[in-house]
Amino acid sequence: MYRIMKAENLVESIYLMEVEAPLIAKSCKPGQFVIAKIDERGERIPLTICDYNREKGLITIVFQVVGASTYRMAGLKAGDAFRDFTGPLGQPSEFTAEPLEELKKKKLLFVAGGVGTAPVYPQVKWLKERGIEADVIVGAKTKDILILEEQMKEVAGNLYVTTDDGSYQRKGMVTEVIKDLIENEGRHYDVCIAIGPMIMMKFVCLLTKGYDLKTIVSLNPIMVDGTGMCGACRVSVGGKTKFACVDGPEFDGHLVDFDGAMKRQQLYKTEEGRAYLKAKEGDTHSGGCELDQKGGDR
Amino acid sequence: MDVLKKVPVREQEPKERARNFEEVCYGYNEAEATEEAGRCLNCKNAKCIEGCPVAINIPAFIHEVKEGNMEEASRIISEASALPAVCGRVCPQESQCEGRCIRGIKGEPVSIGKLERFVADYAREHGIKPKVNVPKNGKKVAVIGSGPAGLTCAGDLAKMGYEVTVFEALHEPGGVLVYGIPEFRLPKQAVVAKEIENVKALGVRIETNVIIGRSVTVDELKEQYDAIFIGSGAGLPRFMGIPGENLNGVYSANEYLTRSNLMKAFDENYDTPINPGKKVAVVGGGNVAMDAARTALRLGAEVTIVYRRSEEELPARVEEVHHAKEEGIQFMLLTNPTEILADENNQVRGMTCIRMELGEPDESGRRSPVEIPGSEFELSVDTVIMALGTSPNPLISSTTEGLTVNRRGCIVADEEFGQTALKGVFAGGDAVTGAATVILAMGAGKAAAKGIDRYLSEN
Ligand SMILES: Cc1cc2nc3c(=O)[nH]c(=O)nc-3n(C[C@H](O)[C@H](O)[C@H](O)COP(=O)(O)OP(=O)(O)OC[C@H]3O[C@@H](n4cnc5c(N)ncnc54)[C@H](O)[C@@H]3O)c2cc1C
Ligand code: FES
Repeated sequence: MYRIMKAENLVESIYLMEVEAPLIAKSCKPGQFVIAKIDERGERIPLTICDYNREKGLITIVFQVVGASTYRMAGLKAGDAFRDFTGPLGQPSEFTAEPLEELKKKKLLFVAGGVGTAPVYPQVKWLKERGIEADVIVGAKTKDILILEEQMKEVAGNLYVTTDDGSYQRKGMVTEVIKDLIENEGRHYDVCIAIGPMIMMKFVCLLTKGYDLKTIVSLNPIMVDGTGMCGACRVSVGGKTKFACVDGPEFDGHLVDFDGAMKRQQLYKTEEGRAYLKAKEGDTHSGGCELDQKGGDR
Repeated sequence: MDVLKKVPVREQEPKERARNFEEVCYGYNEAEATEEAGRCLNCKNAKCIEGCPVAINIPAFIHEVKEGNMEEASRIISEASALPAVCGRVCPQESQCEGRCIRGIKGEPVSIGKLERFVADYAREHGIKPKVNVPKNGKKVAVIGSGPAGLTCAGDLAKMGYEVTVFEALHEPGGVLVYGIPEFRLPKQAVVAKEIENVKALGVRIETNVIIGRSVTVDELKEQYDAIFIGSGAGLPRFMGIPGENLNGVYSANEYLTRSNLMKAFDENYDTPINPGKKVAVVGGGNVAMDAARTALRLGAEVTIVYRRSEEELPARVEEVHHAKEEGIQFMLLTNPTEILADENNQVRGMTCIRMELGEPDESGRRSPVEIPGSEFELSVDTVIMALGTSPNPLISSTTEGLTVNRRGCIVADEEFGQTALKGVFAGGDAVTGAATVILAMGAGKAAAKGIDRYLSEN
């Protein structure tokens, strides 16, 4: 059993949990994910690691309620436990393997959308701990559902927050901020890392391609085992089939077939689930959310 | 009684079982087992033992069954095998023990598999457990993977006094026995879980949710353990590489079976979904293909197996093919898919196939199939399950420096003792051979246990 040390409702339907998992906390790196299973009957839910504490052996996850399983997860409180919690899975972010001297010469831009802010955070923090300050754009639909702003402020170089409805700071999509920074403020970036709803990542990539700006995205397809055993998570990257759980989850965004990936994500969404999603945030980034509607198709 | 024929085994009616997940074969009762045991000629130079990869003393245990000494029969089997209830159910006996049986020259061989199953089930139901009480020798061994190879190696080492910890990536131990082979062929709670309990009763610790190569590396394990056995299987599914394979409604057999077996999607009370499909094509002809087909059938689908060679070359166990046919699975032989077709929602609506004919034998000795030009046709299906075989997952080999793999990604290890290129690191089972059988994996686990014992006794 993996004890939940802290459970917090961040905003609306987005929750944060700290889970006791010393083995994972000891070896995980930014970019990797875990798989959580609530109890005997639960699904295996993939969730990107949002933070980790090696000394205390804790892993932080952030997720949004989008269906039956995440709804069930939201009901767990501090003191409760997951039956299973495994990881770290997937490849660490590419930059964590680069020689520090090389990395220090680079200018990195992070683009986070919605719950995607959570997986971006440990990457920016990792860089900050090594004396590298990256620019970060965080986008949310509206002020009320913006998450981790304070935490991000502490680790980011420049932080740009934008809301679709203009209810807080800048108004508009994250792509407009990228455009503004590069075209009007004359910023130069070597790498862009975009994590958020599939549709956001797609449009960020379309834009950055025009600037010839290398862009890494983190995909969250349907998964079952997360260890390369089932192929449920396959995505087409540069015309080749890749398993997101072992080859990814991060890929070169300019090579990803987003349209195909988005269609595959719909696989287990029932009418009810889709309606729920539409009423809430639209698409989301917290892995398992895509596979946890069930019912209509059985 | 016709002594040339096996005592028939009772089975669930095909019509009935096609709609449930209960076990197909009921196995022998005591009277039937005793009668079948009477057919054994108790050969001095028993060929059947040679045919068994773990060399169970077959005539000896059958003799005990005939005499009604089931406890003794069970003891004889457990000297050689840690998972008899499993092997009695899933071994390809026709090409192993029963294939060598002298009775089989004129008539049917002795039903060794069903007798083994009977003894194992009898032992379980009567609480007969292998007795062991060996003093611990203070040496620690780590076993990676809890499939038949890992469990056997762990059990044998524990019997020799080693302190063994098994690390399993998934949330349940058992490997293919829990995620691959379906409930109706191998009951999970009643059989697999009990056999695993027996291994644990020997003092083996099993830690689930630990992925070697990610949570912990082999190098880190080496710091804490005196020797390591890698029995990580061959879990990576292959696809054909034809257009349309990423459409919605195309699954690997591993995914389809994992959802149904490990995640219990067939049971309404479990959260994991499965979209079983209405008209399903399963591509392939092995045990995995039969299991996927019969699972889809039980979930309500109309199922066709598409296989590129002819019936004679079907690699599945004869019993599985026979059961599949009885249950109403269609076989489309000498046929190969060339493309999977989509509807407007990116969902499978059909599959283009081409007819094949058999040409010259290939390196495996089987006649290789060749396409018949112009014979393409469309098969109307909404789901395609690819059961084309699997290869070892590179997770361990790619994170362990010095471990050598061959061009198929299989870990290189010697056959006699499972020794790999790394000192103190042994391997066996599907991880070394590529997808094979339960009993071969067990044989490799046994060999490695001997190898590890030899290595640790010398050092
Ligand atoms: C559907 C299906 C039906 C089959 N039917 C039959 C049959 O009827 N008869 C027969 O004889 N054979 C059958 N087989 C083949 C047989 O199951 C395998 O040959 C056998 O299970 C191999 O045993 P193994 O111990 O080598 O590997 P596996 O059973 O594959 O076990 C390997 C275990 O290692 C774990 N693992 C992998 N990587 C790691 C890691 N990095 N860290 C920790 N753990 C890890 C896996 O999760 C798994 O649990 C079938 C196979 C399938 C898929
Ligand atoms: S989730 Fe099963 S292979 Fe990636």
